[in-house]
Amino acid sequence: MGRQFRTKGPRYALLGGIALYSVIPVLSMFSAALMPQNVIPEGLNFPLHPQWHNFVAAWSLANMTTLLKSSVLLVLGVVPIAVLVSTLAAYAIVVLDIPLGRLFYFVLLLTLALPFEIVVIPLYFQDQSMGLLNSRWGLILPLIGLNMPFAVFWMRSYFVNMPPELHEAGSVDGASSLQMFRRIHLPLAQPAIASLALLMFLSTWNQFLLPLVLMANPNEWTLAGALQTFQNKYGTNEVLLCAGAVELMAPTILVYLVLQRHFVKALIQGAVKG
Amino acid sequence: MLAVGAIGPPQPVRGIEKVNVVTTTSIGEKGAQRALLAADAATLGPGRRRSKRWRRYAGWLFALPALLFYGIFELHPIISAVNYSFYKWDGISAVKKWVGLSNYVAALTQPQQLSSLVHAFVFIIFFTVLPVTFGLIVASVMRTVKPGPYGTVTRTLVFLPQILPGAAAGVAWNWMYSKDGFVNTVLHWVGLGSLARGWVGSFTFALPAVGFVGTWLSTGLCSVLLMAGIGSINPSLYEAAKVDGAGIWHQFRQVTLPGLRQQIGVCVTITVIAALSSFDVVYLMTQGGPGYSTVVPGVEVYNLAFNDYQIGSACALAVVLAVIVIAVVAPLQRFFRGTDNG
Repeated sequence: MGRQFRTKGPRYALLGGIALYSVIPVLSMFSAALMPQNVIPEGLNFPLHPQWHNFVAAWSLANMTTLLKSSVLLVLGVVPIAVLVSTLAAYAIVVLDIPLGRLFYFVLLLTLALPFEIVVIPLYFQDQSMGLLNSRWGLILPLIGLNMPFAVFWMRSYFVNMPPELHEAGSVDGASSLQMFRRIHLPLAQPAIASLALLMFLSTWNQFLLPLVLMANPNEWTLAGALQTFQNKYGTNEVLLCAGAVELMAPTILVYLVLQRHFVKALIQGAVKG
Repeated sequence: MLAVGAIGPPQPVRGIEKVNVVTTTSIGEKGAQRALLAADAATLGPGRRRSKRWRRYAGWLFALPALLFYGIFELHPIISAVNYSFYKWDGISAVKKWVGLSNYVAALTQPQQLSSLVHAFVFIIFFTVLPVTFGLIVASVMRTVKPGPYGTVTRTLVFLPQILPGAAAGVAWNWMYSKDGFVNTVLHWVGLGSLARGWVGSFTFALPAVGFVGTWLSTGLCSVLLMAGIGSINPSLYEAAKVDGAGIWHQFRQVTLPGLRQQIGVCVTITVIAALSSFDVVYLMTQGGPGYSTVVPGVEVYNLAFNDYQIGSACALAVVLAVIVIAVVAPLQRFFRGTDNG
């Protein structure tokens, strides 16, 4: 017991240290963002007279209202469709046991780990020839497609673990595949679907490379993509840059703090499955 | 010990509970009869069987949307990339010139492209080795700390970088590394002011500086994953080791490491993929500079295609990168999965 007491201090210090290390870059930006604009800010130094209006200035400079709208539209375009389409596919592969379904799944798995780098250039020319370049759909549709390997993988591992009697009971009843999907499988799959939606929200919201390549208009970029424009434009004004960057991160951080438990759980499951 | 929840998919468990509810309430006692009927149906005549087969084919209607999205926006681009990689093309003119494998030769010999590939492997140290090490330390310490608000808050904060976009991490760390930034301030505090410098502008230090941002981003995920894993190791194993007189180090070697094999595998796989295909952080912080001291395949592919208009070369490098990712990840999976086929 005595020994435990002695070692308690260093252990808590170590955990505190690593927690601090995780948040210092964000705090450091926050403190810089509150400095007067004509001052060169310093590492981590909360000003006596925080200049909250910097955030107002950065908001309009970074075009935050438009950006938020574009990001929300992008997520609303990608996530519901991708979730529905992948759930249907996983249902078909596992429950309906479609011919060559295993082959389809195997091909999806093969491409699960592939980096976006390999698709982004052809996607540019493909969007161009389809007349989708620089349009919202030119970004939404590819993102749905690129989400398929992970999403089908996720939903398949859910369906695989469901008891097969569930399906047989319904099929003797004469229920069509679609009815069974809607009445039985979809409601039961809700927790799995919710986690998948959360993960996709995060990856879509943070998407950087695709909007950078496929969108000419920065206002239609994701918030993450807009950071690049913002840095190029205001990189010399450290205070404004930090204020803008904090604003661009704020929505994710807020959502994370509210849904913290769900985020951690979903990401861990996602990691273990992937 | 942790409120994170057990590792692995919890949905099935819940699914089973709910399934039972469904069968007993809505389907009722007829359920058993129906199960019998189902068994009969399976042995019935060819008519039934044909309808079942028809049903299997009709099932493709459900998978068709996914196949279309996937085929058009992932499979087709991958095939195109391989195709482009054999041509010299500026992306604008109508003519593509067949050059065989020369783009691949360039990817493996041209200094800037080759060093991008080398840097990708250097990043494995920063994205994988350091975070997994930190994660193991945090998880081991966390195991011995009583659950409570301290642990919860630590976990929340440690996990925070994981949810931020890499681009945002890039901006934050550019500021940390800048002339008046936090890193230099701390160096002045501790009397090492002579070491202070503009870190990302230095040919020597830019690569480790940028790589360390990857460490910062991945440590949270590794810590939380390993914490969850360590929580599911049977505590009596630790007791037994203690009885055998094993110290902290031996407990770690004999109980923790083997018990976390699968979780470590997951951490390594995810972070190695992130290291090899990194783009956001590097592009935002240095765009590959100074010189090409921090160039990584992602940035080089982007530059080749959209600044140098060498579509073929860019695609060849992207294909090489994809092959490397698969060649590295597949054996890792096999190694860490070990005997259990999960």
